[in-house]
Amino acid sequence: MTSLPERTQKKLGLVIDLDTCVGCHACVVSCKGWNTENYGAPLSDQDPYGADPTGTFLNRVHSYEVLPKQGPAQLIHFPKSCLHCEDAPCVTVCPTGASYKRVEDGIVLVNETDCIGCGLCAWACPYGAREMDAAEKVMKKCTLCVDRIYNENLPQEDRVPACVRTCPAGARHFGDLGDAESDVSRLVAARGGMDLMPEQGTKPVNKYLPPRPKDGLDRDIDVLAPFLAPVAEDPKGFLGWLDRALGRIDGKRTGDA
Amino acid sequence: MHPAASVILFSTLSGLGFGLLAFLGLGHPASTGWVAFVFFAIAYALAVGGLMASTFHLGHPERALKAFSQWRSSWLSREAWAAVAALVVMGFYAIGRVFLGADWAILGWLGATLSLVTVLTTSMIYTQLKTVPRWNSPLTPGLYLSYALAGGALLAGQVDWARILLCVAAAVQLIWWRRGDDALERSGTTLATATGLGSIGTPRAFEPPHTGPNYLTREMVFVVGRAHARLLRLIAVLLAFGAPLILLTLPFSHVLAALAVLSHLAGVLVSRWLFFAEAEHVVGLYYGRR
Repeated sequence: MTSLPERTQKKLGLVIDLDTCVGCHACVVSCKGWNTENYGAPLSDQDPYGADPTGTFLNRVHSYEVLPKQGPAQLIHFPKSCLHCEDAPCVTVCPTGASYKRVEDGIVLVNETDCIGCGLCAWACPYGAREMDAAEKVMKKCTLCVDRIYNENLPQEDRVPACVRTCPAGARHFGDLGDAESDVSRLVAARGGMDLMPEQGTKPVNKYLPPRPKDGLDRDIDVLAPFLAPVAEDPKGFLGWLDRALGRIDGKRTGDA
Repeated sequence: MHPAASVILFSTLSGLGFGLLAFLGLGHPASTGWVAFVFFAIAYALAVGGLMASTFHLGHPERALKAFSQWRSSWLSREAWAAVAALVVMGFYAIGRVFLGADWAILGWLGATLSLVTVLTTSMIYTQLKTVPRWNSPLTPGLYLSYALAGGALLAGQVDWARILLCVAAAVQLIWWRRGDDALERSGTTLATATGLGSIGTPRAFEPPHTGPNYLTREMVFVVGRAHARLLRLIAVLLAFGAPLILLTLPFSHVLAALAVLSHLAGVLVSRWLFFAEAEHVVGLYYGRR
């Protein structure tokens, strides 16, 4: 049934720290690696070694330049995957019931054997979280690594989504955003976690932590000054001898303009 | 949005087919026997042909029957039910008209209503998408219904109705274009809201996730041909409305009527191509495009 549940027992999701992400794309690679050989159809590539490579990804990292009113431009790396929305428009448009949101944890999944590949759910998603696999002709999307997080065959530390497990910067956090006392909820509260495109009314579960304020140059100084100013006003020891010895040749001394 | 040939053919042909069925159901023309047979054959060829074309859009057409299951939440599923219901009811009505010379008026009215409901459900598939602000308007069902009724009147040979409805459809089309041109701006969705980075400054797409295109950019960020949109709009209006209206003022002949229908059909195809090609999906913002 593609009607959305009234409420879910948990709201499992990701918290992505835009301040910490270094844009290494490790999450993209680990996501593709795990999800191409586990839950559902593989994530195919077309012409992977040719002139026009393309393929299915559940997680992609954009990069944005932000120009503040004052100060230098900032570069923000921006990982984007399914936000497991509470009011997921991709679910309700599905004509077959293949798309659904789980009552127990709020994960949005696709039952691939019911998917007719009409693509309407991808049209309904404002975030570009769904991609039709060109080989299998079914809709692929982030499963929040549903086959890892409950997998008792994995050690405890691996029972998180592959992207979270692999992130070398600690920019991705996984947990229950429906529980106000969970680590992720407290992180969101402390850092002012935000929704993407709130005006679309999707109520995304995943939150993004905005970049922290950057330190600035609070004095009006010449950026080349450190290179022009003498390192030592009065060189001592070996440098002092060198300064005097060279000075006898060219008539200059350290500290001269 | 990518203007897929299968979807354009579907909405064009089915719209005309169900529009004609609506007029036949209302008893205009009140023909029986062979004449009725030809009218119903054309209507069914268009409606069913369009539906067949739409299955080519599917990745797994062999599972198409599953699309009947979610009528409670999905407009696409409702469309499937409405189309089948309209075709079945009108099928019985057609049997009465063609073989028994009977006019089962209530059945005809029901079939006509279902035919228009089918067009309405088709339009709602697009109208419901907040992600495509150009489509997300009550004018979109108006656009589809006015096109279907105008085309139906033309095909049914209801010249007086066709004149009026062609003018109405042309007006709705012009208003729909005008409203759609700044729909994305008015929707309030920008790269700033998409990234949440507007609080820091002005964001600009610096580097895409991958150097090449992907499913999203191919499907949702289609920009080819938009440069010619104004010229194509003019062509659409002239073919869909201008030429048929002129041809309808000339003394009736089957050749001229066929020309009017073909011109209208071509115009609707151009209009539907623009319907997709000009539609901006908000996901394009993430790629610094629209």
